[in-house]
Amino acid sequence: MRGRRRMRKIRLSKIYSFALCGKGTLEGEHSQIGGQGFSRVVFCNEEGVMQNYSDNSVRSTKYTAVSFLPKSLFEQFRRVANFYFLVIGVLAMTKLAPYTAVSAIVPLCVIVGATMIKEGIEDWRRKTQDIEVNNRKVKVHKGDGVFEYTEWKNLRVGNIVKVEKDNFFPADLLLLSSSYEDAVCYVETMNLDGETNLKLKQGLDVTSSLQDDSNFRDFKAVVKCEDPNANLYSFIGSLEFEEQKYPLSPQQLLLRDSKLRNTDYVFGAIIFTGHDTKVIQNSTDPPSKRSKIERKMDRIIYFLFCLLFLIAFVGSILFGIATKDELDNGVMKRWYLRPDDSTIFFDPKRVASAAIFHFLTALMLYGFFIPISLYFSIELVKVLQSIFINQDVHMYYEEADKPAHARTSNLNEELGQVDTILSDKTGTLTCNSMEFIKCSIAGVAYGQGVTEVEQAMDRKIGSPLTHEQVYGTESESDENRKSSDRKTRIKGFNFTDERIMNGNWVNEPHADVIQKFFRVLAICHTAIPEVDEDTGNVSYEAESPDEAAFVISAKEIGFEFFKRTQTSLSVNEWDPVSGNKVERMYQLLNVLEFNSSRKRMSVIVKDEEGRISLLCKGADSVMFERLALNGREFEDKTLEHVQQYADAGLRTLILAYRELDENEYKEFNNAFYEAKNSVTADQETLIEEVSNKIERNLILLGATAVEDKLQNGVPDCIEKLARAGIKIWVLTGDKMETAINIGFSCCLLRQGMRQIIIHLDAPEIQALEKGGDKMAISKASRESVLRQISEAALQLTASRGASQQAFALIIDGKSLAYALDDSMKNLFLELAIRCASVICCRSSPKQKALVTKLVKSGTRKTTLAIGDGANDVGMLQEADIGIGISGFEGMQAVMSSDIAIAQFWYLERLLLVHGHWCYRRMSSMICYFFYKNITFGFTLFLYEVYASFSGEPAYNDWFLSLYSILFSSLPVIALGVFDQDVSASFLNYTNKECKMSSSAGAGSSAGCSTDSLVRQWFSSFA
Amino acid sequence: MNSNYSRFTQQELPAWQPILTPRWVITIFTLIALVFIPVGLAAFSASQRVVEVEYEYDTECIPDSYKDNATAYIKDDNTNKTCTQKLSIKSKMQAPIFVYYQLDNFYQNHRRYVKSRSDEQLRTKDKENDVSSCSPEDYVTINNKSEPIVPCGLIAWSLFNDTYKIQNKDKEVVINKTNIAWASDRTTKFGSDVYPKNFQASGLIGGAKLDPTKPLSEQEDLIVWMRTAALPKFRKLYGKIETDLEANDEIVVVIENNYNTYEFGGKKSLVLSTATWIGGRNNFLGIAYVVIGSMSLLLALGFLLLYILKPRPLGDPTYLSWNKNPGGLR
Repeated sequence: MRGRRRMRKIRLSKIYSFALCGKGTLEGEHSQIGGQGFSRVVFCNEEGVMQNYSDNSVRSTKYTAVSFLPKSLFEQFRRVANFYFLVIGVLAMTKLAPYTAVSAIVPLCVIVGATMIKEGIEDWRRKTQDIEVNNRKVKVHKGDGVFEYTEWKNLRVGNIVKVEKDNFFPADLLLLSSSYEDAVCYVETMNLDGETNLKLKQGLDVTSSLQDDSNFRDFKAVVKCEDPNANLYSFIGSLEFEEQKYPLSPQQLLLRDSKLRNTDYVFGAIIFTGHDTKVIQNSTDPPSKRSKIERKMDRIIYFLFCLLFLIAFVGSILFGIATKDELDNGVMKRWYLRPDDSTIFFDPKRVASAAIFHFLTALMLYGFFIPISLYFSIELVKVLQSIFINQDVHMYYEEADKPAHARTSNLNEELGQVDTILSDKTGTLTCNSMEFIKCSIAGVAYGQGVTEVEQAMDRKIGSPLTHEQVYGTESESDENRKSSDRKTRIKGFNFTDERIMNGNWVNEPHADVIQKFFRVLAICHTAIPEVDEDTGNVSYEAESPDEAAFVISAKEIGFEFFKRTQTSLSVNEWDPVSGNKVERMYQLLNVLEFNSSRKRMSVIVKDEEGRISLLCKGADSVMFERLALNGREFEDKTLEHVQQYADAGLRTLILAYRELDENEYKEFNNAFYEAKNSVTADQETLIEEVSNKIERNLILLGATAVEDKLQNGVPDCIEKLARAGIKIWVLTGDKMETAINIGFSCCLLRQGMRQIIIHLDAPEIQALEKGGDKMAISKASRESVLRQISEAALQLTASRGASQQAFALIIDGKSLAYALDDSMKNLFLELAIRCASVICCRSSPKQKALVTKLVKSGTRKTTLAIGDGANDVGMLQEADIGIGISGFEGMQAVMSSDIAIAQFWYLERLLLVHGHWCYRRMSSMICYFFYKNITFGFTLFLYEVYASFSGEPAYNDWFLSLYSILFSSLPVIALGVFDQDVSASFLNYTNKECKMSSSAGAGSSAGCSTDSLVRQWFSSFA
Repeated sequence: MNSNYSRFTQQELPAWQPILTPRWVITIFTLIALVFIPVGLAAFSASQRVVEVEYEYDTECIPDSYKDNATAYIKDDNTNKTCTQKLSIKSKMQAPIFVYYQLDNFYQNHRRYVKSRSDEQLRTKDKENDVSSCSPEDYVTINNKSEPIVPCGLIAWSLFNDTYKIQNKDKEVVINKTNIAWASDRTTKFGSDVYPKNFQASGLIGGAKLDPTKPLSEQEDLIVWMRTAALPKFRKLYGKIETDLEANDEIVVVIENNYNTYEFGGKKSLVLSTATWIGGRNNFLGIAYVVIGSMSLLLALGFLLLYILKPRPLGDPTYLSWNKNPGGLR
């Protein structure tokens, strides 16, 4: 362990030429420090200085012990019906009541009590979760260089904490130093954005030497920075240390809920605590969601209230007339009622007040129009329904032992109403693992694996009969899914081709090209090998899963990269001459790193023979134009293969190399060094120009194809959902290219779809960005986005008549920020609705939530959001239904979701089977409820005709109050829990048929996804 | 997880959903007809076998001199209230013959009336002061002292007080007035140690007076009366005749016409009725059965004719709404 740690003590920052070069200056944004919104001052490591910032405990519960009773009672009586029954209960104590007070109050108490108990239990679960988080332990500086464990909740702003490997950061920290000399550390932001690849953070140089506990004995610094805000990707501040001021950027900020990886420890100063941290600022309060049916039900209840008031009014008028009649000039008519000696309620001499009082009595009497137990029965039925959802074996993921879990049962029936699904990508559609599956080397395609997309396409082509069989016999296709899962394989490598594997590549015609090809894969990357000392196995920590996949596949083919030092890479290579494994060392001269504008990455290495070569991999759009004239030997073939791979939903990269002579390299290196050390603002541009010059005249080797492994059954499920008329939007934090690729691989995008891409990468805007004038940038960007949107809308309108071409909208995060502006969002939404698929890339959690909100409020239809990471939390909470994927890591999404499932494709069963059932059950149940209560209420009213409207109930008190809550509720509840109009195995097929017919212009069809009975019922009121 | 797999939790229990094919529908309607018509006929004939004599006497028992002022007659304590009428029995009435009084337009179901009683007081001797719900018939002032009325309230106060005597062939027919109230009322709801007190003692006299030496549990007329009727027209059991009355018998009814129904425009009748297995006369049930049965039979026949004359294949999708009107919305 010790030895390895020492070996790994390298200045990792050297291999990054771009990622870390963007060091801020004290000018520009930093001048705002101290001003409005930038008022936070943190005195690091000073116990004495009182700081008025909140502590580090978090609370996600709805109630506290004190507020539970008033708050939950308030919640209960916010419901009109409950409030009505409360008023009735109070009135029932007076003489007005047609029945005894107890019989009116007991049912209310039962209902309210039961609901409150349910609320209490739910909140208690959240409470225990909070307690667990608040009591996690971390080492904090207690003075004199001593670090001791303390609970998270005790941390204060300004504390110095030491976080050890694989632990979560307890608060937002300023990275001071790490176990690496140059204060870099790797963090995993799974909980923030769902991505599992590691991100690099680097502390300031001035603090990087504080690597020991004892260094902190006299450490003092002051941080001035922005106020707490929800923006995960920005941070502006300055550090005053040893009477010098240093600018701080997001690069130095370690966010709560991300995890320290690959780094033994870091020291950090706490900047934001508890509810001030960016993650928690990002999370919005869990809104209480109500389903549409419930809201519609409210309308019906209001209608019933009107009916009730009307009937009571009519009743009291008739009663008044009857009462007035009792005394005719002092002569009693119905003497047995003693009208001469009456109370105010029946006094013929004071008819007006008698009638008004009678109105109140009548309100109580006809209260049976309002089903008191409806809310409770609905809740009960929903709980029972969710038990069925939880126990469904078809949604049980055996491998992870994870059944579906309906966390809030409020929304079961809403599942059958979903109109738009907003899906996260990473971890939801994909497993976030890349697999090397195919490659094209020297114009020859290798690799026999079949991708999910190809499988899906095969199925589509297959005869309709077999197609139906797939729908009909679900268990069979389950088996297939499971068995394909069980196949043991190496993560990141799914390549089979006898011609290349097991050293057979030596016998291929272009063996030398193949050798170079895999060498590029083994060398051209920034991954770090980790050798298991017992078994000798090498594993890799890479920045992105694609990169890991390349290194792994190179290793599997026989080019095992096993050691990286500051200046060299060591690879165990299969030597075709000797037939043995030979260790070769490559001297690493430069790394020209990948970024989204360059779309390529190169390394310059010197091999043992002293040859200098530039190895390059990059996207086809930038690589083909950089090829040398003599390097285009395989261009046509490769291009063709790349096209095929792209169609199969694979991510492709082009591999090429170039030999450099000594002078050429020297020239480059000098220029590069100069550029790197320049202090001007356009440093990045300089580096890019220099790199650009050297990355030319490349010789093409081939192309790789990596499958961003989709989760099981995703394309199939998406297709079925699409056929059921459900729109699917993908909101991802990924790059645009990746997002588009995934769009293709999961059937969201198809060849032949017209893509509308809205972005802000236009040269003029980039030029403005360099200028740094914020106003000008935002103005230009806004105009640009508006122009793009309106142009796209025009295109759509133009093509509508002409062809049945489908459109796909792809928009990036920056543009989205402008498109979501109040002025533009309706235009944007209108455009998006008209497109068959929508993909939003590079979107922040907040944007995801905003898009969800826009769709929800703009279309007024049910939205469903599905995601797995903490970055999806906002979206999940905003949508009508939030579905969390209970993946392997990160429980945040699950904790804030309404329903958690283990696999994306369970959505199909959840929506089409359970959703349909629950919606139908719920709607028939509600109708049944109203039916039974209205009939009951009417018998009471009709009876009054025979009782001279005196307000005498036709039934006994207890029969009255128990009718609703006991006698007539069981059959209704049974209907709500068990009724199936169509069996599960038919539902997929039926729903498809339904929606197909509706897309053919038939509108709604009876007995399909929405319950016709309820429709008729509701439409007559709404 | 798999351990608690069951067809119940998976919602896969065997289920049967009837598909209403013509055969099924015709069979079901025929069956309904076959069951309902005989039941209806049986009920109807049973109802027809009941012999019922109803005699409204409120106008006939007013002497001619008071015809225009019935209220004055009935309110005057000094007028002769006895009224003798003849009734002829059309067909043989077998014992037991139930004697009812029937009131019409009398709202025993009025809320003020229904609530005006004290069950506690009726049940227990100690609770005789529990008269809060009985106003204005709660207390009576005797010797400047407020005394509770037992039984209190409007219901008891307005107890029906007409009496009937029946003679057949100059022989008194005994009307048995025991066991005319519900046994449960007698044993539990009306106390055997509660005696009427201060009842109809002063002020406005409502209806009948009670024998203060008999406990409430034995005052069966009161018990019957206190079980308030649901509708304004009602019958209450007066007594039972335990001898047969032959067809064409002329019976003489001697009525003490005391009860004031004239003020509120009510009617009073005397009813003699036998009973069969469906109770008293009630043709409605039998007719309802027969009507439903015959409608089913007609429907069955109609469907059968349609099925034979103009059959069509089942599940023909061209009949679906969206196929009938292609291209159109809805």
